[in-house]
Amino acid sequence: MEKRLNGKRLSKASRSGFINYGIVIAAFALIQILLVVQKLLGVTLVSNSLQSLLVPTCCYIVMAVSLNLTVGILGELSLGHAGFMSLGAFSGIVASFLLADVIPFAPLRLALSMIVGAAFGAVGGVIVGVPVLRLQGDYLAIVTLAFGQIIKNIIMVLYVGVDEKGFHIAASSERFNLAEDGTAIIKGPMGAVGVTKLASFTAGFVLILITLVVVQNLVNSRSGRAIMALRDNRIAAESVGINTTKYKLMAFVTSAALAGAAGALFGLNYSSTVASKFDFNASILVLVFVVLGGLGSIRGSIIAAALLYVLPELLRQFGDIADYRMLVYAIVLILVMLATNNDQLKALVGRIIPKRKGAASHG
Amino acid sequence: MKKKNLAALLMAGALCFGLLAGCSNGNNPGGNSGGAVTIKVGGIGPITGDLAQYGTATEWGAEIAVEEINAKNGPVKLDYRFEDDTGVADTAVSAYNSLKDWAKDAPLVIYGCTTTAPCVAVASETFADRYFQLTPSASSPDVTANKDNAFQMCFTDPGQGVAAAEYLKNAGLGTKIGVIYNNGDAYSTGIANAFIAKAKEVGLEVVATQTYPDDKTTDYTVQLNACKDAGADLVFLPIYYTPASLILAQAKQMSYAPIFFGGDGMDGMLDMEGFDKSLAEGLLLMTPFNASGTDERTKSFVEKYQEAHGILPNQFAADGYDCMYAIYEACCKIDGIADMDSQKLCDALIAMFTGGDFSVDGLTGTSMKWLESGEISKAPVVVKVEGGVYVTQ
Repeated sequence: MEKRLNGKRLSKASRSGFINYGIVIAAFALIQILLVVQKLLGVTLVSNSLQSLLVPTCCYIVMAVSLNLTVGILGELSLGHAGFMSLGAFSGIVASFLLADVIPFAPLRLALSMIVGAAFGAVGGVIVGVPVLRLQGDYLAIVTLAFGQIIKNIIMVLYVGVDEKGFHIAASSERFNLAEDGTAIIKGPMGAVGVTKLASFTAGFVLILITLVVVQNLVNSRSGRAIMALRDNRIAAESVGINTTKYKLMAFVTSAALAGAAGALFGLNYSSTVASKFDFNASILVLVFVVLGGLGSIRGSIIAAALLYVLPELLRQFGDIADYRMLVYAIVLILVMLATNNDQLKALVGRIIPKRKGAASHG
Repeated sequence: MKKKNLAALLMAGALCFGLLAGCSNGNNPGGNSGGAVTIKVGGIGPITGDLAQYGTATEWGAEIAVEEINAKNGPVKLDYRFEDDTGVADTAVSAYNSLKDWAKDAPLVIYGCTTTAPCVAVASETFADRYFQLTPSASSPDVTANKDNAFQMCFTDPGQGVAAAEYLKNAGLGTKIGVIYNNGDAYSTGIANAFIAKAKEVGLEVVATQTYPDDKTTDYTVQLNACKDAGADLVFLPIYYTPASLILAQAKQMSYAPIFFGGDGMDGMLDMEGFDKSLAEGLLLMTPFNASGTDERTKSFVEKYQEAHGILPNQFAADGYDCMYAIYEACCKIDGIADMDSQKLCDALIAMFTGGDFSVDGLTGTSMKWLESGEISKAPVVVKVEGGVYVTQ
């Protein structure tokens, strides 16, 4: 009896999950086909500017999906998600630099760097999570906000380099006694400069798939149901014996690790990365993707992140509108917010696509 | 209530489309017109966000030069477009790619970025794609390091620090020196580190080194007190003018009056709204451009700039102006430029800039030349604020 019930429930959830995989794979295949056709025919189908956005868009999709795990599924507001991205970016850059001689094969080096980034993100998640997840609501938001700032300020004064004596790490330029012929990887406020770019669209695509597998399976598992129970009613969940700290930490650390991996991919997509990039605004940007995509809706996060990250860049093409593109972007955000909360519009969409009625709540 | 929501939605939508409709597509001439070769110049810099003041200055300064150049009817015309990077590296790379889309197959030269971190990111892209790049103001040596195609119009940060220490030594100013800098900023840290190292070398005594984390800091009394207690009679401030103006005001309040000495980021302080110019009396700063200069070219530039934008140009604008002339004069000297694509033009321009006998006269210096590394070689100028204007020392 229980098994059958379970099976029925899972099939519905996993159908929704498979649609998400389908969307991502279809988008990837479409862009790859366009790129191949473009090369063969010599016409411009995917502009340079769109091509340069592919990898960062993948990173932000992963960021949004992973933050949705904390905000939408676990129900705790986190304002420091960019802090984990930053940890992942800089640890990934250092790892890829140190591994350059050992592993000349770029994709493998990228994969290992992303794993290192994920590990650092996870460690950050544990450090913040253990004391902080005992707090609730606004308190968690404030502490994660502080965490993001702390990470930013630490990396801003961090000097990391290698010379023949080995690995150097210091918190100020005076104490950073690197030999003349050594190479500085992270140079305080200058950030990481001269990074060998390893990131590729395919890597971004694989990372999104891995993220989806991890998040969707977690959500549909026993642990996932415990996490959602905590979100819906903590006292009731505790009363039936759910370990609050354990499940909260599980969701939070998974989210942090995925953000770390996304950060590593992001860092390895540019030849220079500075810590100030991952500030409070970056965290809010990701939160905006999550909220506009719909809290708890994985598909919403994917679509919102992809569209809203690309939008300001697409607006450049409208000639003089480029001057107002940030203004238009802000108006679009307001528009989306109003539209998604408008009952009349929802009813209208429901009438056009009657099937949506049932599927609406399972993004 | 529901109706109100829908109305709000429609209003926001109408606003959005109104904006889109109100702005027609820019008109790009392109191609060869009237025998002259048209070179596309794509500028990148922050025109929105915290650093917008610097980006717009470089945008507007270059704009004036482009208008002058195109009015000349010379052998080369410039088709100029400026893209916003908000001062962020990844946006700058997108901006660069959209400039590539804009130029299509026409020869393109990249002008920018205004700030260092985006410039480093874009320079590695232009290096791989073979576009010539000239930055007005990205001053870190990382911008040009290992890239033969990237050139600077401004001094490098360490170069400025070294020049500052040498100037103090030669002028015999300051027996005990204090340094206050922003250790969260590449520009400030770059100058300060080089200055401290060079000061040690030439035998200047640095008695206090104080830092603050970002330019939003408003209280500098701790740093000033440390300098005062150490007995510093000269304080070196390799920082931007907004925090520097606060430092000057707070030093006056605590009646601490050493000589203040700043870098080129200090330029612009006198034009700050609501700034008491008497605070800056006696301030020394190194800037390549003096808006109250009396030579013909500076006067005409300042006049045009003020007419168009209502404010005095600073050194960022002047650097941008000079960049356009450097590109133009180099292009005029290249043989067979009509048949060149961006990549061939890049190689030709590199050869021209590093050839040794190419030099440009501009607002920020005369007979400016470039080294193989991409750094500029021009004489540093120190000015002193006297009676609210710059006086060249």
